Amino acid sequence: MTVSQSDFRAALLDPKAQRPSGLSDGKGDNAGRRFDVYRNNVAVSLTEALETAFPVVAKLVGTQNFKTLAGAFLRAHPPASPLMMFYGSELPAFIAAFPPTREIGYLPDVARLELALRQSYHAADAQPINPAVLETTPTETLMASRVGLAPSLRLIRSPWPIHAIWRFNMVEGAAKPEMAAEDIAVLRMEFDPEPVLLGPGMADFVEALTNGRALGEAVESASLSPDFDLGRTLALLLAHECIISIGEMT
Amino acid sequence: MSNTTKTLAVAGAVAAALAAQMTVPAHAQAKEKCFGVSLAGENDCAAGPGTTCAGTSTVDYQGNAWTLVDAGTCADIELPAMADGTARMGSLEELDRDLPA
Repeated sequence: MTVSQSDFRAALLDPKAQRPSGLSDGKGDNAGRRFDVYRNNVAVSLTEALETAFPVVAKLVGTQNFKTLAGAFLRAHPPASPLMMFYGSELPAFIAAFPPTREIGYLPDVARLELALRQSYHAADAQPINPAVLETTPTETLMASRVGLAPSLRLIRSPWPIHAIWRFNMVEGAAKPEMAAEDIAVLRMEFDPEPVLLGPGMADFVEALTNGRALGEAVESASLSPDFDLGRTLALLLAHECIISIGEMT
Repeated sequence: MSNTTKTLAVAGAVAAALAAQMTVPAHAQAKEKCFGVSLAGENDCAAGPGTTCAGTSTVDYQGNAWTLVDAGTCADIELPAMADGTARMGSLEELDRDLPA
């Protein structure tokens, strides 16, 4: 059997392409139809992987349209890694540019949220701090400290009500989405990621901490939103076991 | 805000956050991570996504790419990119028809 890898790959991603020559079956006959089965399975299995990974996007556009979207996507972005758990990271940008879906303004951000949930699920585990540390650390020290957040934390900021859209599709009886910009944190207490709608300034606070700024600076940046509530924010992060270290700035 | 005021505000918030912690019941400790529980099909094992067995009866749709021919869903896809939220919400209601009950 002689077939070049690039011929094989090109034919794999294009059903209209010629089957690569040089493939033979066990009897030495041409294995063209076997190749067709394999080619179909590559496309179908990647489509199924995307359906599993982006259930809300699939619901929003409908199963048939999602298959079309997936078919175009998997040709443009075949897997770069054998780990299917990471497949589809380019889908949000692809949706934004794909002519049939690009008019649906919120769809890329919904895809981003679904991606974030999956990344959060697969992120490393981390031991949360004992909340008592906050009590025993002098406030001045605390304000100058760096607050480490769990690797499973993800932040999505959208001009669209994607938390509401997500809930509307995933939670029975959830309210119909109303137009609003929404900040969402994906928080993972133990092993289940959960999209949590954030209040004013909370995303600025989390973003500042993620960027390595001290707690005091993060409070300052979040306080640009007059309704920022530090107590509620810390309570949320503690309750979701999201604070994993309090330490000196390096 | 002066530094003292700020410090007091942070101290108050920390106290409030800790008080809120007290009201949260301690959840079950030492849950074990189970495959197939949290997110369906996220395992990299044989049952995971992307591992359809050979001979699947599902057929690749590439022939239809770029033209969303199937009536009904096609209309849902072509949402106008509008500035006001009313029309947008109308579109969502349209999409709603496709949601399984």
